[in-house]
Amino acid sequence: MIEFRDVTKRFDDGTTAVNGLDLVVEAGTITVFVGPSGCGKTTSLRMVNRMIDPTSGTVLVDGRDVLGVDPPTLRRGIGYVIQQAGLFPHRTVLDNVATVPLLTGWTRRKARQRAAELLELVGLPAELGRRYPVQLSGGQQQRVGVARALAADPPVLLMDEPFSAVDPVVREGLQDELLRLQAELDKTIVFVTHDIDEAIRIGEKVAVMRTGGFLAQYAPPAELLTRPADDFVASFVGKDRGYRRLSFVDSSGVEVAEVPTIAEGAPVESSSDWRLVVDADKRPQGWVAPDSSSVPGGSLYEVGASIRGALDAALSSPSGLGVAVDAEGRLAGVVTARQVLDVIESRRG
Amino acid sequence: MGDIPKYLSDAGTRAALLEKLLDHVYLSLVPLVVSIVLAIVLGLLCHRFRPVNAVLVSLSNVVYTIPSLALFALIPAMIGTRVLDPVNVIIALTLYTTALLVRPVAEALAAVPSHITASATAMGFRPWRRFLAVELPLAVPVLAAGVRVGSVSNISLVSVGALIGTGGLGTLFTDGFQQRYLAPIIVGIVLTLVLALVVDLVLVLLRNRLTPWVRAGGKP
Repeated sequence: MIEFRDVTKRFDDGTTAVNGLDLVVEAGTITVFVGPSGCGKTTSLRMVNRMIDPTSGTVLVDGRDVLGVDPPTLRRGIGYVIQQAGLFPHRTVLDNVATVPLLTGWTRRKARQRAAELLELVGLPAELGRRYPVQLSGGQQQRVGVARALAADPPVLLMDEPFSAVDPVVREGLQDELLRLQAELDKTIVFVTHDIDEAIRIGEKVAVMRTGGFLAQYAPPAELLTRPADDFVASFVGKDRGYRRLSFVDSSGVEVAEVPTIAEGAPVESSSDWRLVVDADKRPQGWVAPDSSSVPGGSLYEVGASIRGALDAALSSPSGLGVAVDAEGRLAGVVTARQVLDVIESRRG
Repeated sequence: MGDIPKYLSDAGTRAALLEKLLDHVYLSLVPLVVSIVLAIVLGLLCHRFRPVNAVLVSLSNVVYTIPSLALFALIPAMIGTRVLDPVNVIIALTLYTTALLVRPVAEALAAVPSHITASATAMGFRPWRRFLAVELPLAVPVLAAGVRVGSVSNISLVSVGALIGTGGLGTLFTDGFQQRYLAPIIVGIVLTLVLALVVDLVLVLLRNRLTPWVRAGGKP
């Protein structure tokens, strides 16, 4: 558990980065600090491992005032992942990951063995260990950064905009990876980002901060979207928050209907209906229009997943029929946007 | 030119040449090693304290403009050594090489990206260990480039020391001029060049050994 008690940080140039922050980060959760630049999110993060010391107030990690702990010792017990990974260019990937174990006095052999385990944990092939960071892609470097932060098995992990330098597709993969790791490791994670979508996607609780170092709202993501505390939070979470909130509503109430199908490669007969093309395993492959032309399919959603996915599947489908699949990706049925909206409406009451 | 085989045929001459060569190596490389250490310390001071940087950079420019012969002659007057003491040459060359290296070292340390030093601090490195384990190794490529220039410069400047009577291959030039005998001059030039090339080769090998990560660049 990390606790900020009335923490204020004023810099020498007179700017107040953090202003009377009171906040408790629960153990074993991912808590996201989000806000525009100058809101004090990174400063707050850095006060946890004493990269910055507060002007007044107290930061406690597991009930202990961090100011009472020698900074290097404190930091070796707190994982830290920085933007652009901050890997040491002159050390191999394996030795980068072994950094903290080596600092705490492990033998080289044991530290490297541990490092190899961590590369596997973050989904990197063992042979990458012998390479230098420059030989890795941005996404791979970020994974190494996470592995390095986890090497000494710290209970607390601080992540400072760790995924903001990689492209959106890779970023989403890294976010999924982090959620998977967290399910396995159960760390106390503080994650800083300026990207509200990222905050909502990975945070169990989100602290929205406002320029000048004020905490605007501290709540689970669904609550931020449904009940923003003020205009600032409402505008910060964005215009389409009503739609995004659907990510937190499950689609189990939406009944799927049957749809005419055509086996992939089979001859197409004319018909007045849209027909779904499926392969031998019944996985959807696209549509055949009433005029018998082939049309690529829209997005798919898994039965029981978020209702946002169900609505998007319907809206993105050329036939207007959203395709639902089971956990193995096999066709489960189709839904219309009207059906999905009815379920959303009925849940309002 | 026909004199050279005859000149080299004498065993006494060859022994003397070897001694001069070893003197030359000693007089040029001791200052190099000492100034590498000094430049790292001073470069670190420059990097950590801005005012020191301004002073040391100006000072090193000034030192470099003093003619070597004048410096060889001035040092005994300043520190009370004998005029012919080889330590004068060692001190003078140490000053030059340090002046040459301080600035690139300071710049190389300043060029270490802040996210790398920040992540080192956040991993729990203490300041000294961070300097030795992260910042200094990353400054090696720049330091090595300066050291290569310094080694060549030293090897050539040691010869000037012969004018004030210190040993080394430079005495071949002073003797040759006095006796109007070309062979020792040519042998001296060749040995100086070969020495400079060999030392440079050793430095390149050493640098490559210390910085395998530089050549790892690019995707495999």
